Amino acid sequence: MTETSLYVIQQLINGLTIGSTYALIAIGYTMVYGIIGMINFAHGEIYMIGSYISFIVIAGLLGMGFISLPVILIVALIVAVVIASTYGWTIERVAYRPLRGSNRLIPLISAIGMSIFLQNYVALSQSSRDVALPPQITGGWTFGDPSVFEVSFSYMQLLIWSATLLVMVLLTLFISRSRMGRACRACSEDLGMTNLLGIDTNRIIALTFIVGAALAAIAGLLLGLYYGVVNPYIGFIAGLKAFTAAVLGGIGSIPGAMLGGLILGVTEAMTSAFFPSEYKDVVSFGLLVLILLFRPSGILGKPEVEKV
Amino acid sequence: MLRIDNVNTHYGPIQALHDVSVEVKQGEIVTLIGANGAGKTTLMMTICGDPQATSGTITFDGEQISGIPTNKIMQKGLAIVPEGRRVFGGMTVEENLSMGGYFRDKAEAAETIEHVLELFPRLRERYSQRAGTMSGGEQQMLAIGRAMMSKPRMILLDEPSLGLAPIIIQQIFDIIQKLRDEGVTIFLVEQNANQALRIADRGYVLEHGHVVLEGSGADLLVNEDVQKAYLGG
Repeated sequence: MTETSLYVIQQLINGLTIGSTYALIAIGYTMVYGIIGMINFAHGEIYMIGSYISFIVIAGLLGMGFISLPVILIVALIVAVVIASTYGWTIERVAYRPLRGSNRLIPLISAIGMSIFLQNYVALSQSSRDVALPPQITGGWTFGDPSVFEVSFSYMQLLIWSATLLVMVLLTLFISRSRMGRACRACSEDLGMTNLLGIDTNRIIALTFIVGAALAAIAGLLLGLYYGVVNPYIGFIAGLKAFTAAVLGGIGSIPGAMLGGLILGVTEAMTSAFFPSEYKDVVSFGLLVLILLFRPSGILGKPEVEKV
Repeated sequence: MLRIDNVNTHYGPIQALHDVSVEVKQGEIVTLIGANGAGKTTLMMTICGDPQATSGTITFDGEQISGIPTNKIMQKGLAIVPEGRRVFGGMTVEENLSMGGYFRDKAEAAETIEHVLELFPRLRERYSQRAGTMSGGEQQMLAIGRAMMSKPRMILLDEPSLGLAPIIIQQIFDIIQKLRDEGVTIFLVEQNANQALRIADRGYVLEHGHVVLEGSGADLLVNEDVQKAYLGG
């Protein structure tokens, strides 16, 4: 194989890795939008908090002398998911629920305020500098001719792929089979009607915030391990990327968010393969503009029908 | 069983209901007729607490239900088949029905599903089909079945005949009478005044948010004003 084609394969692997994490975060945007029609701009901050908590737990356990990596990761996962979900639930409770039923712009402004608040709260309590964690999962496979170009697929990337796949399968089962998952779908089709069936829709809305936050926390743990660095501002750009992914796939659609995340990740990786990597954000947000102009309902989304 | 006393309802600054008082007794079919925009649907929705009445009281089985949240009201033995059916189009018949019995015990809900499928064999044929792909008549049957799933003592039906073929309308009205025979009290909103008054024990006429007339179904059917305004006579 030529150098270029091996290089493209490498970028595809990298792109799918980042794309998986975009997809995990995008699901939180899309589920909340699907039910209450608002963009939860504080969602990126939940991812950031999830990342911080994983770092703190991992560093703490290592410091206490634990050496079993799987145990450390599972504990970090559980703690990050529980705490991030609590944040997600609380944000909905204090910043969005009291505003429900008002003009659509008002909860949006509240969400932006909540995002700024959380960034600064973490910056003040954890310092605003980068915090680094030495790589925990090292090694991987390489293939291709070393004299031409060596493609590498690391164990960390495998972990991100398989964890994302597992989460997506579980989420799909939850949404399609479980009683509460079905109620989530009913809410996203017709919130008022679901309420008229005696279902406590406030609880279902709270549940979507909890599920979305849990997924963002998983992304926070995975990307934290992948990059090895966190700071209080990573949620902003990751949130925007995931939002782009959600819009690309069709906001409100869960498979759309999964697909949009992967497409966006691969697009970015390919851009940085052939152009200076600074252009990757230009391309992703350019993509957002193009979708909004030419196909606002996204790849898998249904065109919104305004009810009269 | 259901008492609506001097209820006023507003949409923002616009008043949609003016001092409306209506009573539905146990075991009755009561119909509410009126022109487009008279406030029929508003009255139905006000009973469900969406929107809430701005003044007046609504009691169901002696318990005040005005002022409490919609989902709590709907757990008290009251169910609605809303205007336009509002079935969950992306969900199957089975899923739609299970949403109707969401807050009930699983085994009991399964029993009611069986009962609904006996009443509507068509729904059994379409059991795993998405509701959005079904005909209007089938969707209306599903909406009624979904309302039955909570085992209500009273069902509110808002224009169940709207947009359906005459033969299907007849089936729907037969089902309504069958429900009453099973002991379910019916409060029916209709534009199809003729057919509604024929099966109703009593009826109310709503005009511009005011109750202007009430009487037995038979009396209203022969009433001159009603004939002129609603029966094309």
